Amino acid sequence: MIRIEQVNKKFRRLQVLENISARFEQGQVIALIGPNGSGKTTLIKSILGMVRPDSGKIFVKDQQVNGDPAYRKDIGYMPQIGRYPDNMKVGQLFRMMTKIRDAAPPGLDEDLYRQFGIPSITEKPMRTLSGGTRQKVSAALAFLFNPPILILDEPTAGLDPLSSEILKEKIIAEKKKNKLILITSHVLSDLEELTTHIMYLQEGKMQFLKDLQTLQEETGELKLSKAIARVMRGYDTNNEWIDQLFAVEKNNETPAK
Amino acid sequence: MLKLSRYVLYDILRNKIVIAYTIFLFIVSFSMFRMEENGSKALLSLLSIVLIVLPLVSLVFTTIHYFNSYEFIELMLSQPLSRTRILLSEYAGLCISLLSAFWMGVGIPVLVFSPDPTGLALLFTGTSLTVVFTSIAFLAAVRSKDKARGIGIALLLWFYFALIYDGLVLLTLFAFSDYPMEKFTLLLSALNPIDLGRIFIMLKMDISALMGYTGALYKDFFGSGQGVLFTAGIMGLWAILPLWLALRSFKRKDM
Repeated sequence: MIRIEQVNKKFRRLQVLENISARFEQGQVIALIGPNGSGKTTLIKSILGMVRPDSGKIFVKDQQVNGDPAYRKDIGYMPQIGRYPDNMKVGQLFRMMTKIRDAAPPGLDEDLYRQFGIPSITEKPMRTLSGGTRQKVSAALAFLFNPPILILDEPTAGLDPLSSEILKEKIIAEKKKNKLILITSHVLSDLEELTTHIMYLQEGKMQFLKDLQTLQEETGELKLSKAIARVMRGYDTNNEWIDQLFAVEKNNETPAK
Repeated sequence: MLKLSRYVLYDILRNKIVIAYTIFLFIVSFSMFRMEENGSKALLSLLSIVLIVLPLVSLVFTTIHYFNSYEFIELMLSQPLSRTRILLSEYAGLCISLLSAFWMGVGIPVLVFSPDPTGLALLFTGTSLTVVFTSIAFLAAVRSKDKARGIGIALLLWFYFALIYDGLVLLTLFAFSDYPMEKFTLLLSALNPIDLGRIFIMLKMDISALMGYTGALYKDFFGSGQGVLFTAGIMGLWAILPLWLALRSFKRKDM
């Protein structure tokens, strides 16, 4: 469903994405992991067309990402930090989004909208909402239009345990509907029950893209965090962030087909 | 496009700064007309305020608003909407809200106390200046990296157009005072929308008789239908060109 072909991106001198190629299919839940500044968000933004790669191509459902915004109707995106116009009321935001997408109530997926109790805050201006509540709004918006592709950037950051659990269950339910879900997170335990594939980025390079089972078999560890730690330990230590936990190096891993 | 502008507009109209701006304009215009016996004198005082305050507020407010809604623009970009449409919706929302502030604050008092050609010229100038400087502010905001720089550039632009430019023109005129400069000054006025607006209104007033030969030439030119078209055309260019440039860099921009 999403095909990334040799994408490169530089911000001034900093190489943020280096020759990334990958292919994500329906029914997969891809966990994008890597230290801060490894290019996860840039990769997501490239898929959404917010960042223009210097070279390489990205296809979403065989449609190249190059300016025509129509392909984005298949994507639900939950940003890392959702900020909305201060004076807009929650209900208005939802009405506006529904209008933009030309969607009508029967086609909408209002599960999260209800479970997060958004109907009770529709009259509140966005500026009065707490960070966590805004995250809930962002999540409800991402799932609202029942898109075949979901991109969630740090979805559980800032959510209370209960809401976090609701969101996770929703992700699992969507996974069963054969959707493609892309998640970035630093909380590996959150990803544990969700993911089918792990994509590891570091300093803009893709270290590997493997399915969970292969990873478990290769490492002999069942827990995701341990499995990743084990994989990382196999390589040279060249990164401070992950020194004790994980260590990575440029490997010769060919991108998954 | 209207779908989006409507909500942008709704958001801005509730903004406290816009409300304060409307009230400020209203109080100033109202008191000018009350204090001055002569409607034309009041218009002249009002003119200096319009020429200074309108560009400043349009520039600074637009820049701040752009950076404050940066994340919202990002969110819109993740929707099936083109970049052109998003930026133009923001522009339309800002323009309409600033214009309605101007029309409520200055338009109503002028139409009540001085509904003559001079008053209408003032309203025309105010409307054009708002549209033009919102457009210039968009260019400054889209091109600059962060809020501080954006506001800095907006302020510099205001200093340039409102204060420095006049000094430069005077300097040039003084330096070349031996040459016939009438046509040239006409051209110079087109390079600054504030000057253009000022001349356009001044010539509608009686005081233009005090301006000598240049004044006569101006009056001849701006007083004619051709002059009105010229002013409107140049103002239009000043509105469209910066917006077009802003749109061009916005389309290439990495968010």
